[in-house]
Amino acid sequence: MIQSDLSRPEIARYSRHLLIPEVGLVGQQRLKAARVLVVGAGGLGCPALLYLAAAGVGTLGIVDFDVVDESNLQRQVLYTVADVGQPKAECAAKRLTALNPYVTVEVHRLYLTSENVLPILKSYDLVVDGTDNFPTRYLLNDAAVLLDKPLVYGSIYRFEGQVSVFNYQNCPNYRDLYPEPPPPELVPNCAEGGVLGVLAGIIGSIQANEAIKIITGIGEPLAGRLFLFDALRFESQIMHLPRHTPPIHIETLIDYNQFCGVKKEDDIPELTVTEFNQLRHRNTDFQLIDVRQPYEREIVHIGGELIPQNEIFDRLEELSRSKMLIIYCRSGKRSATVVKQLRSLGFDNARNLKGGVLAYREEIDPSLAKY
Amino acid sequence: MKINVKYFAMCREITGQPEEVIELKNGATTTDFWQVILEKYPRLEPYRAMSRLAVNMNYITDTIELNEQDEICIIPPVSGG
Repeated sequence: MIQSDLSRPEIARYSRHLLIPEVGLVGQQRLKAARVLVVGAGGLGCPALLYLAAAGVGTLGIVDFDVVDESNLQRQVLYTVADVGQPKAECAAKRLTALNPYVTVEVHRLYLTSENVLPILKSYDLVVDGTDNFPTRYLLNDAAVLLDKPLVYGSIYRFEGQVSVFNYQNCPNYRDLYPEPPPPELVPNCAEGGVLGVLAGIIGSIQANEAIKIITGIGEPLAGRLFLFDALRFESQIMHLPRHTPPIHIETLIDYNQFCGVKKEDDIPELTVTEFNQLRHRNTDFQLIDVRQPYEREIVHIGGELIPQNEIFDRLEELSRSKMLIIYCRSGKRSATVVKQLRSLGFDNARNLKGGVLAYREEIDPSLAKY
Repeated sequence: MKINVKYFAMCREITGQPEEVIELKNGATTTDFWQVILEKYPRLEPYRAMSRLAVNMNYITDTIELNEQDEICIIPPVSGG
């Protein structure tokens, strides 16, 4: 048995837990002995980490490579203005230690890969999935299955969230829910599609709740079930999730970027914002198309015509086939998808503006609004 | 027969509504259901392979026969975190 006796100050701190018969001293000692890894200290990871640290999980691991960006503060409640530009995992560790000095925080400032995931996951009892992309979700799921660790899954989109517990006492896992990843251009992430900040708080808190139930061994974990929440209509549903038929066997880790169809951006002809700016100053004749939504254009734009991504293929007659066709969006990701599709339709003149409005603001015109 | 359909995430944005009642012939299966839905919303086609169906709150992987008053949810994967 791991040494997990509670000190007097800890007994005072966890008093409200100790008063619940289902948790009590035994449950609190189990929390103290537990080692939980939270992957992604973003919208879901922040609330999950806050509640797990407050609840007294003895060791919390944080995996995150990113630095804090201003646009994170709308939902990533661990960070303050002073943290902008600083590594998330380290800012989070500082904040959590200030909240609860009885928690040991282990910082892993790295990208999870097929090479490093197993040694990192190995030393933890349970994993919380707060990632924001499909390759890492499949990687984490497969690694959790191979190492037989329970995985608390959460995922969000605009006003909707999903939660489940995977691989707990042989229950189904993410591959039983979605055996194959979707084509990358069809499912926007938070940076592309947006998300209601408080939804991340709700879903991340539910993940913390499931983790605490599993550690303390109380209640009915959300294993074999998928919880769906719609914040806009205030509706929730719980689906029964069986094993996939035919069964999906996970025997080894694979190349998850390839599995998820993530292509390097340099497959698509592009030009940098500096090159674009030079073309402008030389009065070169080109057609500039903004493929974002009208409400994004209202925030900031760099000229050209607005033809939203969802309309462009019905409005091809508006596009030049002779001039250079420069496509842009916020970050260059959606426009890359559009350029790829346009080129397959014979628009060999289409180029992607690399980095989009964000790069233009960064390198050419800092007076523009950033969103 | 009438069945109730609920759309989630991107599928909801394509159909423009969170739920609706649709008419299917008696004895229709989930495959027939997709045919009717895709005729009504051709833009859902790329989401068919990636999305999961739940019939009366149970995820299904095989084709099954539907009954009057069944509720079908179309749930595409989402990745945000």
